Amino acid sequence: MTQIENVSRRKFLQGAFGAGAFVLAVRHARFIPSILAQGAPLDWQSEADRAAFHPNLFVGIQPDGTVYIIAHRSEMGTVIRTSLPLVLADELDADWKRVKIDQGIGDKRYGDQNTDGSQSVRRFFTTMRECGATARLMLLQAAAARWNVPAAECSTELHVVVHKASGRRLAYGDLAADASHLPVPKKEDLQLKKPADWRYIGKGAKSVDLENLCTGKAVFGMDARMEGMVYASIEHPPVFGGKVKTVDDQETLKVAGVRQTVSIDPFKPPAAFQPLGGVAVIADNTWAAFQGRKKLKITWDNGPNETYDSAEYKKELRETSHKPGKVIRSVGDSDKTFPTENVVEADYYVPLLAHTPMEPLVALAEFKDGKVTAWAPTQNPQAVQAIVSSQLGIAKEDVVCHVTFLGGGFGRKSKPDYVAEAAVLSKKLGRPVKVVWKREDDVQFDYYNAVAAMYMKAAVDEKGKPTAWLQRSVFPPISSIFDVTQVYGDPPHLAQGWTDLPYDLPSIRIENGPAQAHVRIGWLRSVANIYHGFAVQCFTDELAHRAHRDPVEYQLDLIGPPRTLDFTGVTYPNYGADYKTYPWETGRLRGVIESVAEKSGWAKKKNGKGHGFGFAAHRSFLTYVATVVEVEISDDGTIRIPRVDTAVDAGIVVNPEALRAQFEGAAVFGTSIVRTGEITAKNGIIQQSNFNDYPVARIHEAPAHTNVYITESSAPPAGVGEPGVPPFVAAFCNAIFAATGKRVRDLPLSSNGNFD
Amino acid sequence: MIGFSVNGKRVDLEVDPSTPLLWVIREQLGLTGTKYGCGVAQCGACTVHINGEAVRSCVAPVSRAAGTSVTTIEGLSPDLSHPLQRAWLEEDVPQCGYCQSGQLMSAAVLLREKPAPSDEDIDEAMTGNICRCGTYPRIRKAIHRAAEMVAKGGAR
Repeated sequence: MTQIENVSRRKFLQGAFGAGAFVLAVRHARFIPSILAQGAPLDWQSEADRAAFHPNLFVGIQPDGTVYIIAHRSEMGTVIRTSLPLVLADELDADWKRVKIDQGIGDKRYGDQNTDGSQSVRRFFTTMRECGATARLMLLQAAAARWNVPAAECSTELHVVVHKASGRRLAYGDLAADASHLPVPKKEDLQLKKPADWRYIGKGAKSVDLENLCTGKAVFGMDARMEGMVYASIEHPPVFGGKVKTVDDQETLKVAGVRQTVSIDPFKPPAAFQPLGGVAVIADNTWAAFQGRKKLKITWDNGPNETYDSAEYKKELRETSHKPGKVIRSVGDSDKTFPTENVVEADYYVPLLAHTPMEPLVALAEFKDGKVTAWAPTQNPQAVQAIVSSQLGIAKEDVVCHVTFLGGGFGRKSKPDYVAEAAVLSKKLGRPVKVVWKREDDVQFDYYNAVAAMYMKAAVDEKGKPTAWLQRSVFPPISSIFDVTQVYGDPPHLAQGWTDLPYDLPSIRIENGPAQAHVRIGWLRSVANIYHGFAVQCFTDELAHRAHRDPVEYQLDLIGPPRTLDFTGVTYPNYGADYKTYPWETGRLRGVIESVAEKSGWAKKKNGKGHGFGFAAHRSFLTYVATVVEVEISDDGTIRIPRVDTAVDAGIVVNPEALRAQFEGAAVFGTSIVRTGEITAKNGIIQQSNFNDYPVARIHEAPAHTNVYITESSAPPAGVGEPGVPPFVAAFCNAIFAATGKRVRDLPLSSNGNFD
Repeated sequence: MIGFSVNGKRVDLEVDPSTPLLWVIREQLGLTGTKYGCGVAQCGACTVHINGEAVRSCVAPVSRAAGTSVTTIEGLSPDLSHPLQRAWLEEDVPQCGYCQSGQLMSAAVLLREKPAPSDEDIDEAMTGNICRCGTYPRIRKAIHRAAEMVAKGGAR
């Protein structure tokens, strides 16, 4: 099969029929005044940089009135390319219809770009406001100077500066040239709008990319092309840490379209974001590369992880969880002997989970003249710069990473091993290389969400309320990919729904035990909150039922009166947020619980045979969520989820419709986790490979209706993308108990229950 | 040489007849709206129409398209005027959007065959299309909305 390419002067190509959404051109750096700028500019300019008036990195205004705003975070479906620029546009008093979004490259001058941890809005809310306010003030000053009136007499309306006393008006575009000569004001001189004056914040806007996403025009990583590029598909070592012993590529080279094979060195531990190594088949098109791989004859040195058996490992984790561990937090006299009367114990388990974003991993890179240009669906373009520079021995500033649309991410695309592969191959081959992972590669060579065992224990009084509480989790930590000696949970992940148990009890002991990793462990949507939230919220439900108490009323009793949790003497990273700004307030958790109970009609719910309602509440990523799930289970075990109700307190919400979509999606993501989410290994080899054996929820399995109730709040903005998953998972399992009397303690149902 | 029409344009290609239609569409014709998701007809991201029928192009050899009329997302409508595309915009269906070309192409066949589909009809027709972001409730709403548009007239 021959590759037909449309060769144009543009370096980055769309096919003959496609429409270009990206333009790559040779651009020359120039000095850009910025309230954020640190470090040297890269050899690239954004549309904002090139505008007549560009007071900071994030915004530029042209004389025709077009406002360019940089989206420096990655678009994988959260609508962040719309929501953050909308905040800037609000403070600028810009007409949203005249705003164009330009995707930023990886550049540390933008600040953090790791679109992960549900933190885009909260980390950049104030920055965006300041960037918009800076531009607005300078336009206002330019108009005042033109009219020779004090700036204090001027104000802005939509896209214009107004002098009310004289009725004069000047459009932003007409002021762009003048404003570009003014000094950039100090932060202290900026006046940010009062919330009551916000135009867009809290109202939101439709995704600026909606039309391109409904016509096939949006350019994902899978769609990126460069002149002269070749395609590569890589056979990775089947066992983590394995190496190629021998390669016979004779049959591979006979496949039409295959050019050659190239070995990629194994990583030097720790693996971090390095390529896994293996053998790449280089071809004229993706299909030929896939076909060529089937003909490779490789013998492997599997290394020590070939003894990894996930069934055995589960037993080990459980045993460890029954032994005293490292104490993470202790309240009251928890170091005394645990009471022996009225004790309730339970073991919970969540297996390894894969991300399976709809777009398998893919990256395009060109090494040329000592520099790399990459086009990648990455959540973290600065991590791309870092790993490519270290793999190729060039400076980070010599790596230009363009961010395409991401066909899903869920945390996988924060780890840029696949982009490093493309860069390494391009250097070896001297031409642009597009690395395409098969779905099977994506499933088998993931950075999996950790497998975890949780041991829960409570001694209860006559009303069923705990007088002593012990919880112990054991899971291989994410830190093991950066340091192979790490076996204990790292504080940021222990803090995810574990350290911060919000219950007001006289004695609490929170522990963690050691576990050695045998695969790459990474963060997946909600991360450790998935297994921690599952254990805490299902165990609480168990205790409530055991005490014949209503689960909502019981949980409110355990949380106690509204207070701010005190973590004095405890390591509590709080999602990297300042604790004064984002304290853990149990009153807000109570608020969403009361809200969801009221809105769902919880008090009137009747559980019956095969029909039940489950409840759970959880704070994660600084957002408070309570969820009620309804299930129907037929005699043959078929599960339906007719309705989900979820109440959310995420502080100030920029784009409410985007929040609703994220919580609807979180319920579906959680459905997959509970029903079928499980990665297993035998002899170190992952046993799943595609959606047939790693199924994810389909339309008839997903919740039919998800109602989202947003709490009005003036608290600073918090996370939206992830917090919906943990309470859904627990509430779904609690609903199954309500419907069947059967407790779900080991996930998923497909491996451990009688459901299909 | 294999000849067929794509979105109304005639193409004749030198190609191994066993090559899946997906890769011919994407890499030879440059129509990248049709996506690779699994390669084994599990996810539906690659759905196109051959003579009006929904086909998983990742497992359909290009030889199957010979002499037929193939429609991809780029040919669903020239201008976002298809009632499903309009409904998709109104309901803010896409999140990441990667699967949506396939969702729309599957839904288009459903709507043609059942102009007023029930929830069960939607489940049956759309179960082969995975959306990992979880836009299913909106897909369902949007299909109903598109059906209403067609019923009220004014849409194709």
